[in-house]
Amino acid sequence: MREFFAMGGYGAYVWSAYFLCVVVLGGTVAFSITNLRTLLRTLSNSQQGPSD
Amino acid sequence: MSLPRSDQSGHSDISLGTAFHRLGSPPSVYRLATQLTPWFAWAAVACFGIGLYGALVVAPPDYQQGHAYRIIFVHVPAAWLSMAVYVVFAIAGAVGLIWHIKVGFIVARTSALIGATYTFLALATGSIWGKPMWGAWWVWDARLTSELVLLLLYLGYLALDSAIDDRRTAGRAGAVLALVGLVNLPIIHYSVEWWNTLHQGATVTKLGAPSIHIDMLVPLLIMGIAFKMHYLTVLMLGVRAGLLKQEKRASWVKTLSPAR
Repeated sequence: MREFFAMGGYGAYVWSAYFLCVVVLGGTVAFSITNLRTLLRTLSNSQQGPSD
Repeated sequence: MSLPRSDQSGHSDISLGTAFHRLGSPPSVYRLATQLTPWFAWAAVACFGIGLYGALVVAPPDYQQGHAYRIIFVHVPAAWLSMAVYVVFAIAGAVGLIWHIKVGFIVARTSALIGATYTFLALATGSIWGKPMWGAWWVWDARLTSELVLLLLYLGYLALDSAIDDRRTAGRAGAVLALVGLVNLPIIHYSVEWWNTLHQGATVTKLGAPSIHIDMLVPLLIMGIAFKMHYLTVLMLGVRAGLLKQEKRASWVKTLSPAR
């Protein structure tokens, strides 16, 4: 297991590259979902009139 | 035998052109994007799971680069997609420009944002790979420089798009920029042959057999599909958001349930 994370001495490079991809790819999905949900919520609120 | 008059006149003028426009009509595109989102998302999850296992566990270390080469499994798919997304971006812009289909501009705008993130990832992971292998985070190599130009094209488009208030004008101006920028794609692809500087040549997309072991090639291709599925997932979500913003006063938007 330790060997796996060491990546033959290149661990810092390999894992930082993978970590960056996970953060960016996950981030774009999370941002897109939040953006869509917010839009749907504002649109459904505006139909019911300014009750809030 | 005789059809009601109103029915006849209602259907008589449906040509191929209107059928084409109906297919690209906002409510049908929105419905299709909503149905496709979970399929692309689950396909992405599955491909990333299998691909990462293959990339980090199954694939043997490289005989020259040891384990450092494993960055290839994220670097190359990001670079492939940075260019493939550009093609979609330019074609979608052209569709909007030529046939006046607004969905084209929405696809283009969403693709530009995702394409810019893939280009950033390709450059950043390449930089992290370059440090231990070349001894430098960055060199003004032809491949690196042309990929940086690609990032600037995406960012230039996004800046132009946000600077113009009228959506139609913004879409058309952006589409022209996207089409002009297409010239950069063959430059990126052939840069490793034309200038033959530091960046290594093609391993997969070349004539003859790929110069890579099958245990490395399979995870690389699966990671490529995973990135493609990620793009399609984010594209579907972005297109839906773009349509809602553009059509917020249309009747079909008002019938949508807020839960989805």
